[in-house]
Amino acid sequence: MTELQPTNPMVLGDPAITEPAIAGPAVGGRGLRGAIRDFSHNRMGMIGLAVIVVMLLFSFVGPLLYPTNQTHPNLLLITHRPSAQFPLGTDAVGYNVLGRLMVAGQSTLEVGLAAAAIATIVGTLWGAVAGYVGGWLDSVMMRIVDALLAIPALLLVLLLTTLVTPSVIMVIFVLGLISWLITARLVRGQVLVLRQLEYVEAAHQMGERAWRIVGRHLVRNVIGMVVVQATFEVANAILLFAALSFLGLGPPPPAANWGGMLNDGLNYVFDGYWWLIYPAGLLIVITVVAFNLIGDAIRNSLEVRLRSR
Amino acid sequence: MTRFLVRRVSQSVAVLIIVTIVVFAILHFLPGSPARAILGMRATPAAIQAFNVANGYNRSLPVQYLLYINRLIHGNLGFSYHFDQSVGSLLALDLPKSALLVGLSYVISLLIAIPMGIVQALRREKPLDHALTTFSFVGYAMPTFWLGILLVVWFSSDLHLFPSEGPQGASVTASFANPSGLVLPVATLTIVTVAQFSRFMRASAVENMLQDYIRTARAKGLPDWQIVTKHLFRNSVLPIITLVGLSLPGVLSGAIIVEALFNYPGMGWLFWTATGAHDYPVLMGFTIVVAAATVIGNLLADIAYAVADPRVRYQTS
Repeated sequence: MTELQPTNPMVLGDPAITEPAIAGPAVGGRGLRGAIRDFSHNRMGMIGLAVIVVMLLFSFVGPLLYPTNQTHPNLLLITHRPSAQFPLGTDAVGYNVLGRLMVAGQSTLEVGLAAAAIATIVGTLWGAVAGYVGGWLDSVMMRIVDALLAIPALLLVLLLTTLVTPSVIMVIFVLGLISWLITARLVRGQVLVLRQLEYVEAAHQMGERAWRIVGRHLVRNVIGMVVVQATFEVANAILLFAALSFLGLGPPPPAANWGGMLNDGLNYVFDGYWWLIYPAGLLIVITVVAFNLIGDAIRNSLEVRLRSR
Repeated sequence: MTRFLVRRVSQSVAVLIIVTIVVFAILHFLPGSPARAILGMRATPAAIQAFNVANGYNRSLPVQYLLYINRLIHGNLGFSYHFDQSVGSLLALDLPKSALLVGLSYVISLLIAIPMGIVQALRREKPLDHALTTFSFVGYAMPTFWLGILLVVWFSSDLHLFPSEGPQGASVTASFANPSGLVLPVATLTIVTVAQFSRFMRASAVENMLQDYIRTARAKGLPDWQIVTKHLFRNSVLPIITLVGLSLPGVLSGAIIVEALFNYPGMGWLFWTATGAHDYPVLMGFTIVVAAATVIGNLLADIAYAVADPRVRYQTS
């Protein structure tokens, strides 16, 4: 069977053999330190990392330095143009847009990171168990993954959000619980290869329990691939969260997120209120691109290391 | 080949059964009951009881599931509370309109993405490649609805070139009657899809460029354009067949957004409206139809791939 994965297309770089050594002689260090060094020589990856650090500072430290009222609407201040007082204007209920972008960034980044964390843990365990145990359990587990992959992610999210009151925590769980599928597939594929290797066989012969073999040997060996996938899941979760908010199923105001801000701005498309339409969208795009660049760079550094062995 | 077909088809059937179980389970974890949703908050317990008996909701869950499957097999997708119509007739009306939107976007996306990926592979690591890669990254990172909003701002609000709303006709022929309304929805979905397809196409073409047969073709003096048309194109397009099947759920997710944004009355718009109205039969019917389309699409893509590429040999273990 062809095992083409519906994975993130942005990871599709050039085949490893033609890729020039990214960092010259420094390439090929061993272990975690080597991987970090390889990564730090990848310019795009470092740009991505820097962008994420800036976004985190902007969202979590920004409101401390630039406190604004994001709870109580102020109807005397609606849709002010950008000015010295309001660098990015105010929105339809009088919130300071710059301050709101900061607060909204908090929930957006929290949802992205936490949903990806849940997805990664569930997906890794699911894939490792399916691949290691094999047999009919593997078949059943992987058919479940196939079935969930056959339903568009947005449909699943919408179905699930009709069940719960939207809050940041609920959105994190819903997105986490539908984002683990690709990770599970990748891990299972890798574990199928790994479990035939001598050292796993040896551990088995020495009487180590199955869950210990999965936990100690298999999971540890797929961690690189899993981390790469996790960065893409952060990006995907941010996009899904934005889509959800656009469809009116995100956390209700005064809670803020970037997708929800765009949804609010949608009503003013024909009024020329550009500050309600561009800034939040740009922040989403920049953040998602940055996570993709990081994932791409980690993948490259792992590949470079594999090749130079 | 026969054994491969049998195995592949039975896998697909298993997947579809799991889809129905998942969807059925979600329905039954719902807070409240269908009776409350239809009869309203003031319904008397007796009325609710009567409704549940009439609709079989008083039976045990496995029995309800089997009854549900039985209805499904007979083509009965349920009855919409909100639209007061059978789900089947709603889908029959709205599905062609979504198919038009998605189909057009698919065709245009492939027509753009395939040459784009090949050009990128030929000009690898050159400025043109970098520019197109940047386009793909940004296109992929863009929330679909934001892209749609930007197109509306630029081409509808500022330039007055195209309407900001999709065709409003009830049937698919009415959609054709108003082609200018289709431009922005199709463009939105196309840009997002091209961003993904062109990456796959580039990767596929780059990999083929390194193969011996390309070197041979070059060594015997074939001009570049003939290498591309005779060898590279055919071999690097093949994996895209599978991709077209696999990417259907993603494109349909985009279609929901696009239809909601452009107020285009297709399946996605129907689904979105049903979400707001908690109209579960519509949600379930839609989900199952889409999942079935995806599973069958993947199956056909796999078979087409096996037929089209003589190198593909499936293990029959």
